[in-house]
Amino acid sequence: MAEGLQNRPCGGRYGDIVAAIGNTPLVELKRLSPKPGVRIYAKLESYNPTGSVKDRVARGLIEDAEARGAIAPGQTILEPTSGNTGISLAMICQRKGYPLKVVMPDNVTEERTQLLTMYGAEIVYSPGAQGSNGAVALALELAESDSSFYMPYQYGNEANPNAHYNGTAVEILEELDEVSAFVAGLGTGGTLMGNGRRFKEHDPDTVVVAAEPMQGELVQGLRSLDDGFIPPIIDLALIDRKIFVSNRDAVVWTKRVLAEEGLFLGVSTGAIAAIAVRIAGELDEGNVVFVAPDDGWKYLSSGVYSKPIEQLEAEGVLDSASFW
Amino acid sequence: MSTIKIPPVLRPSTGGEREVSAAGADVGEVLRALAEQHPATQSQLFGEDGALNRYVNVYLNDEDVRVLDGLDTAVKDDDTLVILPAMAGGA
Repeated sequence: MAEGLQNRPCGGRYGDIVAAIGNTPLVELKRLSPKPGVRIYAKLESYNPTGSVKDRVARGLIEDAEARGAIAPGQTILEPTSGNTGISLAMICQRKGYPLKVVMPDNVTEERTQLLTMYGAEIVYSPGAQGSNGAVALALELAESDSSFYMPYQYGNEANPNAHYNGTAVEILEELDEVSAFVAGLGTGGTLMGNGRRFKEHDPDTVVVAAEPMQGELVQGLRSLDDGFIPPIIDLALIDRKIFVSNRDAVVWTKRVLAEEGLFLGVSTGAIAAIAVRIAGELDEGNVVFVAPDDGWKYLSSGVYSKPIEQLEAEGVLDSASFW
Repeated sequence: MSTIKIPPVLRPSTGGEREVSAAGADVGEVLRALAEQHPATQSQLFGEDGALNRYVNVYLNDEDVRVLDGLDTAVKDDDTLVILPAMAGGA
């Protein structure tokens, strides 16, 4: 062992990149903490191989299907995604020999398309105005019309929360004895459910908080409320608070986390950090932990890191872009 | 009076109004007052049992009332209720 290695523990040694998923750093955000007795920690999921928390989920979905004998190499995988799950699946499917088709809203950033193509995935676009709901609906349609697809379906597959229950949350509890509040974004519900369940088992008083995107005008494409969607894996009983964040606030906080803590994170992390700081302000002491799903690289082309908020507003970026 | 923000998908039922004012001491009262003003919203907001429809999320200012006290969540005069359809997402 080399002497003088200061940044132990190192990230470990692995046989291949899929095995290197997880074990991400937990970083304290001292400047954002409103009180000395309250410490805020971000679990930086951008340290995963394809740069997002979804590496954990995608590996869980594929390895669960393999373990059940539901898939074998050569099987085409189909999945709706707003981007990150698709990118993670694309890398993992390429490594393991599964062709991949993803259904994704057409208003996601160009970087996501490039990353998916780079890892060899085929992309089917759904109308951006319908958000992720449109991608889910189209993927379900495709799966129904062609039984040769295997759809892991992250919204309804317990392998999604289990990746957090057996991964993310365990890693956090290895570092912290106590978690007063846990904050995560609400999309599929996997991050909230898996971590929330583990934390509540560890300490029933842990407050589980969902930060969700205020989709605003993005949802104009919904024809009626019957187009609404609640991921089957979500159990609201596990959530103590559920708070929405506007795209504007998400961007403002993304910039603030960058300026004050030096963390270049995705726009959904800005929203989650905003709620984490708010919850921290309501506590007298304890640890507030939040999951930062990805970093900023995939959102650079939207201009959110370089342009002032007023300009982004004037250009309509805040209303039209899909950051989650 | 509380302010209720109406999502695009419900605006055909409120004559195009984006915001409606309604009185009530809790979320249920305010929403029923909305349904009295705009009867077309009744069947979209509530099921036959009087509970909130599954795909309707109602937020008191910015917090989902389903994980607070539901329709019994207390509302103050200057509060805003935001109605949003349930949507999927990434995380």
